[in-house]
Amino acid sequence: MLELQDIFFSVEGVEIIRGVNLTVENNKFVVITGPNGGGKSTLARLIMGIEKPTSGKIILDGQDITNADITERAKLGVGFAFQQPVRFKGIEVFDLLKLAAGGKLTFNKACDYLSAVGLCAQDYIKREVNSSLSGGEVKRIEIATILARKTKLSIFDEPEAGIDLWSFKHLIQIFEDMRKNIDGGSIVIISHQERILSIADEIIVLADGQIKNRGAAEKILPEIINTESVIQECEKLKR
Amino acid sequence: MLKLDEIQRRLIAEVAGLHKVPIGAYNFRANSQLAGRNNTANIEITSKDDGSGIDIHIKDGTQNESVHIPVVLSASGIKETVYNDFYIGENCDVVIVAGCGIDNCGNQDSEHDGVHRFFVGKNSKVKYVEKHYGSGNGAGQRILNPVTEVSMNDGSFMEMEMVQIKGVDSTNRMTTAALKAGAKLIVRERLMTHGAQKAFSTYKITLDGENSGADVVSRGVAKEKSYQKLDLCVIGNAPCNGHTECDSIIMDEGKILAVPSLEANHVDAVLFHEAAIGKIAGDQLIKLMTLGLTEQEAEEQIISGFLK
Repeated sequence: MLELQDIFFSVEGVEIIRGVNLTVENNKFVVITGPNGGGKSTLARLIMGIEKPTSGKIILDGQDITNADITERAKLGVGFAFQQPVRFKGIEVFDLLKLAAGGKLTFNKACDYLSAVGLCAQDYIKREVNSSLSGGEVKRIEIATILARKTKLSIFDEPEAGIDLWSFKHLIQIFEDMRKNIDGGSIVIISHQERILSIADEIIVLADGQIKNRGAAEKILPEIINTESVIQECEKLKR
Repeated sequence: MLKLDEIQRRLIAEVAGLHKVPIGAYNFRANSQLAGRNNTANIEITSKDDGSGIDIHIKDGTQNESVHIPVVLSASGIKETVYNDFYIGENCDVVIVAGCGIDNCGNQDSEHDGVHRFFVGKNSKVKYVEKHYGSGNGAGQRILNPVTEVSMNDGSFMEMEMVQIKGVDSTNRMTTAALKAGAKLIVRERLMTHGAQKAFSTYKITLDGENSGADVVSRGVAKEKSYQKLDLCVIGNAPCNGHTECDSIIMDEGKILAVPSLEANHVDAVLFHEAAIGKIAGDQLIKLMTLGLTEQEAEEQIISGFLK
């Protein structure tokens, strides 16, 4: 269980996050939405330890992790999928999955993680995680690294950003599967996509660095459907 | 039987990946003396009459055979220049592993300048691996100045893996190649310098024949106060394809000068070059830290991947 207690975060005197209180229970799939510039990605980075709050506390399973660095939080079971996945010259897909799995990984397990994100291991395992991969491919590999880590708390920062609509359809399926197999962990996704919002247990609307609205998807989604917090699925592609 | 001491055996393992006597042809040189040699039915190694090096003759049609010619220096104050000539017949497919390891615990400089000349016969395929390594904590410098000259006949293919990862104080590497019709050359160089080391690496690849091609990629990491100069030039004198790439990671107070260059002397020469120098991206470190690695472990992974 993750608790954010009165979190503030400012950069050069500008307040980005202004007093956020939030609890993410185990077995919950939480989607944070809201207008661009509202502080969503910053909040995700604060949870992972990439940024440190100006004030407030972050508690994971009863342990205060406010001053824990990224590595310590990772070892405690926090996972983070970047909005723009990082590319590495020379590091192959298998190497990255092996690091994610903690140093030991069989080809068959790597194949399982890649299959779960719709990639064939035969084609990808020896590929370098460099600019030869498309935005959709690198995004799926990023998600596969989270699967390989078996995290207690998985954070996804706008997984739909930068991928084509064709890949997006598969991505929704991946998150639906994750939702089904949540198995005691919790998932926090930053997203504007109606399809992702609709499978959430809870939707949180973050604007101007504050939580403006929150609740079950059935309640919140109709309230925000025609705002910039929600991008609806293309009507033509629905057919 | 090889006449090698423990330090020399360790150096051989570093530069040639050998923990025991290899199968196939070999010539081991330790502290300027012959330490072991083996010829095969298809590969003959002979000393030059003037004692300045060796000639390696590989018969036409030799397939799936290897030649190892490692050199080790474990005594301080040795300075030598060695000339090794490889005559590779037609339609061969061979692996050649060279390399030099210096362990210098003394106060005098140790230097090995290997001049390797390759004459690659028609339609032959050669994989050449050259690794350089230094160790020892003496004040004497460990110096390696390899010269590689390649002459590639029609339809031949050569892949060169040139690696210098650790412990060489000063190196000036010069590689030249001339390619005839249909010949292809691939070069993958890996350089890592640290301390106050200096590394100069120059390539001059001349594409003389129709449909010849070269792909020369040098990846370097300059740590601490080290310096690297990479000068990669491809010259197209015929309808050909050439690509050079210098890709470097700079750390601490390292300095890197990358000079990729192209010269086209034929209207159908298609040549490209790329160069990039940058520090390790903060996002790369963060990504690996989110997988549970410390910052130092993340840095090591990024560098070892880059230099793989």
